[in-house]
Amino acid sequence: MNPFAYSRPDSIDSAIDELVTEPAAKFIGGGTNLIDLMKENIEKPSRLIDINRLPLTDIVELPDGGLRLGALATNADTAYNPLVKERYPLLSQTILAGASPQLRNMATNGGNLFQRTRCYYFYDTSMPCNKRKPGSGCGALNGYNRIHAILGTSDSNPLTTCIATHPSDMCVALAALEAVVRVEGPNGERTVAMADFHRLPGNEPQYDNTLQPGEIVTAIDLPANGFAQHYNYLKLRDRASYAFALVSVAAGLELEGNTVTNARIALGGVAHKPWRKTEAEELLVGKEAVAANFRPVAEKLLEGAKGYGHNTFKIDLAKRAIVRALTEAVTMQKATPQ
Amino acid sequence: MQTTLSPPAPVENASAALPALGTVRLTVNGTAKTLQIAPWTTLLDALREYLNLTGTKKGCDHGQCGACTVLINGKRINSCLTLAVMHDDHEITSIEGLANADGSLHPLQTAFVDHDAFQCGYCTPGQICSAVGLMNEGQAKSEADVRELMSGNICRCGAYPHIVDAVTEVMGIEKQA
Repeated sequence: MNPFAYSRPDSIDSAIDELVTEPAAKFIGGGTNLIDLMKENIEKPSRLIDINRLPLTDIVELPDGGLRLGALATNADTAYNPLVKERYPLLSQTILAGASPQLRNMATNGGNLFQRTRCYYFYDTSMPCNKRKPGSGCGALNGYNRIHAILGTSDSNPLTTCIATHPSDMCVALAALEAVVRVEGPNGERTVAMADFHRLPGNEPQYDNTLQPGEIVTAIDLPANGFAQHYNYLKLRDRASYAFALVSVAAGLELEGNTVTNARIALGGVAHKPWRKTEAEELLVGKEAVAANFRPVAEKLLEGAKGYGHNTFKIDLAKRAIVRALTEAVTMQKATPQ
Repeated sequence: MQTTLSPPAPVENASAALPALGTVRLTVNGTAKTLQIAPWTTLLDALREYLNLTGTKKGCDHGQCGACTVLINGKRINSCLTLAVMHDDHEITSIEGLANADGSLHPLQTAFVDHDAFQCGYCTPGQICSAVGLMNEGQAKSEADVRELMSGNICRCGAYPHIVDAVTEVMGIEKQA
């Protein structure tokens, strides 16, 4: 780890001021990803601004029926919160499918949004990586890319190629639930829809999200509809627990009888951000909730998918995972423990 | 209260200036300790290298194995992925703090011995601290829950069945047939 300074501001405003004054500084919440990246010499902040004593840990009901998750509430406290469990069981299930109990006790909701990819070539400083070192190339494109993206990749220009995936589980459920990220910065407050928070690599794979310099996430707002009757987070991975997703599906359905009135589907492990396609969801509205109607949805979601060799299996895997996730969301019976 | 552990002047880049050592007060196993350490000292290194509490093990040092598990205010964390300076008013419990004052073992320690729940023993302090945290956190109701909620602790000797036996016995959870 490189040497760095440390400070612990006592207000959101002073935290923002410190970051504006020293742009090479970074906020630290749980630190579960940042400290690891610092040990690997990937992140080298000049200062860590410890925001853990800021008053951002509460989970409170909103007047519109939604729920506000404090940016510094831990993943564990969020997943086990009675209101989250009752009204947003998809989010609770999704958080508990990620990491380990130790990490969930440390990791914060805000920090979860800023997790960086687990691409091996991003982590290995002896390899080229356009995300870590813009313009250096992509080790994954012709390397061992089993865990890599199949949708929304950037692969036409060697200097901007990036096929990394976003590693978060929680963000996949937040995307399906159409959560809204609350941000404060030098220019005041703003909100960002989950769909717009993370970005595709495009020509600037070094940027994971659309946050502006000096900004801090203060909360994540969940809309009133939590799809609490029919939901499912299906996570497919190399071991039963404590592994990143190869493919994951966060699904929420509203049914009248056996007819779908509303559907949400977001995919993890397949792109640089949680992958949603509203046209695919709309295909289901008014249809009977049966596998035959789920398959065209899966085809639509995977439209344009491209494999890079080792990860080509993900295309079929994702399609089958979508059909299974939706089927299980209808019956609320899981085929295997998750 | 505003806390600053370094000169307030901005640092241009990480190598331009070495921030000063700071005073950190840690409460470890009920005893207050004052250390002069750099901000980049992980809690794991503070315990092992500065406080000579070497029961907490460094396995992967990347939050992947759980050997460094300790309790902060009763909840388990990976001490390799957090900085000591971040915990100056927290109650830290390491494996050395579990036995009673008279030297008698914590029930989980006894159960690990009784069930032969280790082979090489390197992961054991982390396993036991994790199991104490599991019980404090109160979410595990079945053997399957115990297996899932102990998944942050890797045992390369493969003592898992005996670890589950030890933990479920202390928790009073009936074993599945």
